[in-house]
Amino acid sequence: MVTSLIGVLFDGLAYGSLLFLISNGLSVTMGLMNFVNLAHGAFAMLGGYACVALMRRGVPFLVTLPLVFLAVALLGAVLERALYRRLYRAPHLDQVLFSIGLTFVAVAATTWAFGPSQQPVELPPFLRGQLHLAGVDLGKYRLFLVALVVLITVDLEFLIGRTRFGARVRAAVDSQTAAAGLGIDVNRVFSVTFAMGTGLAGLGGALGIDILGLDPTFALKYLVYFLLAVAVGGAGSIKGTAVAAIVLGVFDVAGKYYVPEAGAFIIYALMVVLMILFPAGLYGRRA
Amino acid sequence: MRVEPAGGRAEVGAPEPSSRLPHDRWGPLEIAFWLAPIPCYFLFPGYLVLASQVFITSLFALSLDLILGYAGIVSLGHAAFFGIGAYTAGLLAAHGWGEPLSGLAAGGALAAAVGFLVSFLVVRGGDLARLMVTLGIGQLVYEAANKAASVTGGVDGLGGVAMGKLLGRFSFDLEGRAAWIYSFLVLFACFALARRVVASPFGLSLRGIRENDRRMPALGTPVRRRLVAVFALSAGLAGVAGALLAQTTQFVGLEVLGFTRSAELLIILVLGGTGRLYGALVGAPLFMLAQNYLSGIDPTYWQFWLGLLLVAAVLFGRGGIMGMADRLRARLPGRAAR
Amino acid sequence: MGNVRLWAASLLVLAASAAGAEEPLKIGLIAAFSGPFADYGREIEAGMKAYMKLHGDKVAGRKVEIIVRDTTGPLPDVAKRHAQELVVREKVDFLAGFGLTPEALAVAEIATQAKKPMIVMNAATSIITAKSPYVARVSFTLAQDAAPMGTWAARNGIKKVFTLVADYGPGIDAEAAFKKSFAAAGGQVVDSIRTPLRGPEFAPFLQRIKDERPQAVFVFLPAGEQGIAFMKGFRERGLAEAGIQVIATGDVTDDHVIDAMGEVAQGMITSHHYSAAHDSPENKAFLEAYQQVAGSLGRANFMAVGGFDGMAAIYDVARKLGGKIDGDKAMAVLKGWKHMSPRGPISIDPETRDVVQTVYIRKVEKRDGHWYNVEFEKFPEVKDPGK
Repeated sequence: MVTSLIGVLFDGLAYGSLLFLISNGLSVTMGLMNFVNLAHGAFAMLGGYACVALMRRGVPFLVTLPLVFLAVALLGAVLERALYRRLYRAPHLDQVLFSIGLTFVAVAATTWAFGPSQQPVELPPFLRGQLHLAGVDLGKYRLFLVALVVLITVDLEFLIGRTRFGARVRAAVDSQTAAAGLGIDVNRVFSVTFAMGTGLAGLGGALGIDILGLDPTFALKYLVYFLLAVAVGGAGSIKGTAVAAIVLGVFDVAGKYYVPEAGAFIIYALMVVLMILFPAGLYGRRA
Repeated sequence: MRVEPAGGRAEVGAPEPSSRLPHDRWGPLEIAFWLAPIPCYFLFPGYLVLASQVFITSLFALSLDLILGYAGIVSLGHAAFFGIGAYTAGLLAAHGWGEPLSGLAAGGALAAAVGFLVSFLVVRGGDLARLMVTLGIGQLVYEAANKAASVTGGVDGLGGVAMGKLLGRFSFDLEGRAAWIYSFLVLFACFALARRVVASPFGLSLRGIRENDRRMPALGTPVRRRLVAVFALSAGLAGVAGALLAQTTQFVGLEVLGFTRSAELLIILVLGGTGRLYGALVGAPLFMLAQNYLSGIDPTYWQFWLGLLLVAAVLFGRGGIMGMADRLRARLPGRAAR
Repeated sequence: MGNVRLWAASLLVLAASAAGAEEPLKIGLIAAFSGPFADYGREIEAGMKAYMKLHGDKVAGRKVEIIVRDTTGPLPDVAKRHAQELVVREKVDFLAGFGLTPEALAVAEIATQAKKPMIVMNAATSIITAKSPYVARVSFTLAQDAAPMGTWAARNGIKKVFTLVADYGPGIDAEAAFKKSFAAAGGQVVDSIRTPLRGPEFAPFLQRIKDERPQAVFVFLPAGEQGIAFMKGFRERGLAEAGIQVIATGDVTDDHVIDAMGEVAQGMITSHHYSAAHDSPENKAFLEAYQQVAGSLGRANFMAVGGFDGMAAIYDVARKLGGKIDGDKAMAVLKGWKHMSPRGPISIDPETRDVVQTVYIRKVEKRDGHWYNVEFEKFPEVKDPGK
């Protein structure tokens, strides 16, 4: 009984950390630039497909990961400069439609290029199977995933908390006008954070192929979960997104394990409850 | 019908200014617009089913315009009310109560009631919170209907929706003639209602709330109450549209509640132009006809170009089709001299 | 004088040939051709075309025309609208196809209203044929395929089973039929789970199965990717090492995907009505024709056979009625129809209008370097126990 609970918690943690990795970028975008970017799921999806394309050319899985991050970050930077930048002051509705339009284009392009079916992923042998620790079976890949996300989070905390760049980001989140007034190049901060956020999303998409699957419906199917993590955690707060993602991940997995009949109902009900109690999110700054 | 301040500034998406006083009479263009479908009924007998679907979607888009275009609430879950109306009417008919008009009223009433309850969640919070709440409610209702498969039929859908005769005389035929007339008349009636509401002081206050909801209380407007009222009305109209769909197709599929439907609705409305009711009536037919034709060729192709169109529309074409029509009209000679 | 006779004669000839040039025999094919279930429609259509390749594209003097309509997935209202348009606008003679149950259930009402014969080539929930007197099914039902598995499992030492099925018509049918025949043969079902039809994640369910340690897990999932995902997770989590066997209906080891599944499915025992490895002259001819018509689609599977046999039924009806398709007469021909299909002998039960056929128990093995479902036991003349 206890072992199954630990197993469920671990699975939930793995799922939640994957959600966090992807949603992080969205949280910063929404909190920092006040931009509702519904295309975030599409960036994650494109990361997954980039990974598949590289693996088809014989690149081993682990090597694809940093390449995917860079590729999607580059794409994000280009799109930000060319398109997103024009809509920072636009009403939220326009942003919603713009990003939905981008998502449709991405989904159609991947359907055309890769077909509508699930993409398989070849994990390296040492990541397959399970590890037996103290009577509990833990999936090796999930362990790897959690470890990687923890590593990335620590790096992010360091970046945001201890570097000058991070200070600039925090300043811009608190008040754009004041930050600009102090001589901070807000536009550059935006570009870099957007690129990083989408790069991380792409990385998450690639890492998630084994757990979430990958097909053209990925972009919209999981978008709800990313938005959930951001809304519940509070836009602009990395800690908030992390807590929210893990809570959601654990509840989702636990719900499916203990009450499989309820299905996804639990997650949405939980979200509605949390939104009523915390309209600005758990750690939110903007109402 | 337009209400224009004399010599005002042309705003994005807003109707253009003129020096006429506000009035509620039906202009000749409007009358022509509403008469236009009638010859289509006789000219295209094989397309009556598609036409009914267009009317229903137009009504649905109209309901969204009331909250989006006039009150400024962005909703990603409006399909929930559409679906509630559809399932209400469908279940009534499937369990023996096949009278169409009362079924329609029941669907609209239940949807309005649920809309009323939900509105309290929606009126608080900013744009992001509203988006999430409406999205969440939409998904929640979808999952609930999915789980309650013994009642709703789940993925398999609700069949056996046996409709009685309209007004005791006209039965729903396979060619879709009765359905066409029924949908058209209901659409017209609801449109007339919406038009009246929008032209009233209540409607004007909504526009004020959309533009600046912090100043309106200074004018004495109970902002929350107005938003709740319009949200409930909008939900009710969406429910009527859903009930119409259930009754004319004699079937209710789970996708009436899907996120795709909510998202497509938003697209239709924005492409047509928000804030002026006719945007919904222009956007829906164009979208559905284009979708029917292009999607039939290749769904991937359709999705790609739709996405591109959306991006272009947001970046360049403010105000949707109606907005563009306005700008074209402003350029016409004879209009310039004012 | 001679000119007038010549003109009269030529006019007569023209008139005669005009009368003989008949309207094409239109078949409305309604299925998913895009989206996650895109393969279903494509396989059915390819099966139909394979039949036309072997038997020509004309029957009873009429040219056969297939009009395709895409439902994009389990969207019954879309299917219904397509059926309505096909009947009213295109004036088809037959409604056919139906890869998924919701599509068939919705269109049955149109078939009744328009009095058109409806040939179900894949959808497998028992209740479909009861929805309209104009429905005949040539494919199979899940109850038909699942019940023999229950009997076989109990007979072969498997006494405790966990069931996992997809939550829609066929899945519920499979679960019920398996439970019934399994219990009747002395087995016990320890627990049951139903997974959502669209995009399920198997991780929590697999964990639960592992924790309950049954002897075997009985699985039904819609044919295609879900089977692969399930089996992958099964191996990853070490359920095979824990001694849990997988028994399933053949949809999980669908011929279309089994080669891609590869070793992950080795040794799996399934019950189904068609295997590409079935040894018969009809199957050989079918497989060859299929390869020529749709080689890029991969190996022929049970959906393609459904299309193939459905076309055979349509051709037979057209021949017997001399090309004049009337709904009631067509149904009369279909009731009691017998045919030697690539899968084995099939017939249509005159009372239920459902298919009666042999169900085979197969094992996943490698043959000539490729993975196949190799038949080793059979249950002949199985009627749909769901009725």
